[in-house]
Amino acid sequence: MDPWIAAVVTIIGAATPLLYAALGELVAERSGVLNLGVEGMMLVGAVTGFAVTATTGTAWLGIPAAALAGTLMALLFAVLTLTLLANQVATGLALTIFGIGLSALIGSGFVGRPVPQLPTLPIPILSAIPVLGPILFDHDVLIYLSFVMTALVAWFLARSRAGLVLRAVGENDEAAHGLGHGVVKVRYAAVLFGGLMAGLGGAFLSVSYTPMWIEQMTAGRGWIALALVVFAAWRPWRVLVGAYLFGGVTIFQLQAQGLGLLPVPSQVLSMLPYLATILVLVVSSLGPWRRRLNAPACLGRPFRATR
Amino acid sequence: MRLEKRAQVSQAMLWGSPILAVLLTLVAGALLFVVMGYDPFASLRAFFVSPINSTYGLSELAVKASPLVLIATGLAVGFRAGVWNIGAEGQLTLGAIAGGGVALLFWGMEGPWILPLMCLAAIGGGMAWAAIPAFLRVRLGVSEILVSLMLAYVALLLLSALVYGPWKNPEAFNFPETRVFSDSALLPIILPGTRLHLGVAVTVVVVLLAWFFMTRTLFGYQVRVVGAAPAAARYAGFSRDRMVWISLLASGGLAGLAGLFEVAGPVGGQLLPTISPGYGFTAIIVAFLGRLNPLGILLAGLVVALSYLGGENAQIEVGLPQAVTGVFQGMLLFFLLATDVLVRYRVRFGAPRLAGA
Repeated sequence: MDPWIAAVVTIIGAATPLLYAALGELVAERSGVLNLGVEGMMLVGAVTGFAVTATTGTAWLGIPAAALAGTLMALLFAVLTLTLLANQVATGLALTIFGIGLSALIGSGFVGRPVPQLPTLPIPILSAIPVLGPILFDHDVLIYLSFVMTALVAWFLARSRAGLVLRAVGENDEAAHGLGHGVVKVRYAAVLFGGLMAGLGGAFLSVSYTPMWIEQMTAGRGWIALALVVFAAWRPWRVLVGAYLFGGVTIFQLQAQGLGLLPVPSQVLSMLPYLATILVLVVSSLGPWRRRLNAPACLGRPFRATR
Repeated sequence: MRLEKRAQVSQAMLWGSPILAVLLTLVAGALLFVVMGYDPFASLRAFFVSPINSTYGLSELAVKASPLVLIATGLAVGFRAGVWNIGAEGQLTLGAIAGGGVALLFWGMEGPWILPLMCLAAIGGGMAWAAIPAFLRVRLGVSEILVSLMLAYVALLLLSALVYGPWKNPEAFNFPETRVFSDSALLPIILPGTRLHLGVAVTVVVVLLAWFFMTRTLFGYQVRVVGAAPAAARYAGFSRDRMVWISLLASGGLAGLAGLFEVAGPVGGQLLPTISPGYGFTAIIVAFLGRLNPLGILLAGLVVALSYLGGENAQIEVGLPQAVTGVFQGMLLFFLLATDVLVRYRVRFGAPRLAGA
């Protein structure tokens, strides 16, 4: 295979966990809820996906289990912030701290155990197309699903009636409530979707990208996903672009470390994704970009129906 | 069941809720032990009683609580004002690097000036690391949450690069560790036979000073107003930007100092790739559990420190995985956030009364 095509394929792999997590968080934030627990939900998804795959021998059970685990974590967040009106920032942090601990506990018996890597399923005929074939049609099921989910989320938010309601709830909860929309119900659904997607992102890490379990194996990807949502100005297709950009940075630093391309310690190269995140946040806030920022007006604000 | 807003914040629940949260954590913890197939009572005893039934155990509790309390006291200033520094782990690491760097610079020299100089360097290092999110927040409106956290990862990698690279002890057979600091660069032990060091005493002094500033000065009042009523604070001319700077620099400086106390104390007078079991993150829990009040934080720090000691002890006594510590800490914060709803709301059963509806 052409080395450039091979590079694009590995970048897609590195980007996919970020894409899942950021898409899910985007939907939650468009409904007006800031969930800082993405890292925790991803970790619990990763360990659940790994544990179920390792125990049952099939990722077809592991992946749905990871999605369910992420959703349950999100439910915990939703009950606290939406029903009990707890502070969203504090609760999100709690979710991450809890997720780190819980995943380490569940995973303590699975460190060093192998699982079969998720098989690639080349799509007949299409995968034989030069260039586009290997880039788009020669992946495992989770990567295909990530393409589908991006399109689905973009369509849902921009074109569907339910998506319109969700955006209304995020932009002006009082008005949406006045029109008879269940603000809290919509937000529950959006937050749970965010958890499901974070769970899938975690599962991709532990059964496909690096098929093993290591404590805190997400290494900050949940937080980078949060930054990507800001970078993407809350638009799904830009999340895709941002995720692949970060995938590129990740692959670049791994390659540079492996080949010893640059005369710097490996730790300095490992800093790149985190420094790139800060850079991206800075660029997102500068002049020409700033006007395009469209943070949901009710982001992070608790809502309690008074009438 | 529904929630009804109280006319004013319940003082009883404000302090009752942390106690309730600790009790709920114990109950949930016992259930967790049963599910995992351990004897819940033996496990709880190994976790929460036997670590502190000796003088040495109590001194270890203070040693573990000290960094948590020091960091949480700084974080609480920001949390009150709505400034979310969650990268204290990074500022702690930078403090250890800067303070430890001074110790290594004067390696082989003795003198009473070394330790104070290290402390100043550590505070400066932590502040410098926290100044980055402060600057980006004030000038560009970039989220201090994400920047401070990303910098925590960068700081940990920087420490690793130094310890594996230029600062590695040439006589340590390639182990990733620096030279051991000279004696003047180590924190004096204040209780012979234990690891209770001078830093613990400094922490208590800092807590008392912070309590005075937060409750008895105009500055403390401003912090509380900015957090509770931003619009009113603007009218009164309290600068929000200044509050961002002050809270990030204060929490960064204290976290840096805590980092130095670790390396010049319990870590053993050298830099290692890992110098903190996540104190910077756990301090967030301590700050909330202590009601963002310095004296409350002192108590909360002791409670949360017990979860570290308990995790280590339960691993030895009953073979529990040490990860249980993190689960306990997470559960504690969850229960606290859940019971905190009772501070501002009353739980009512049945249909709403017409008058109120």
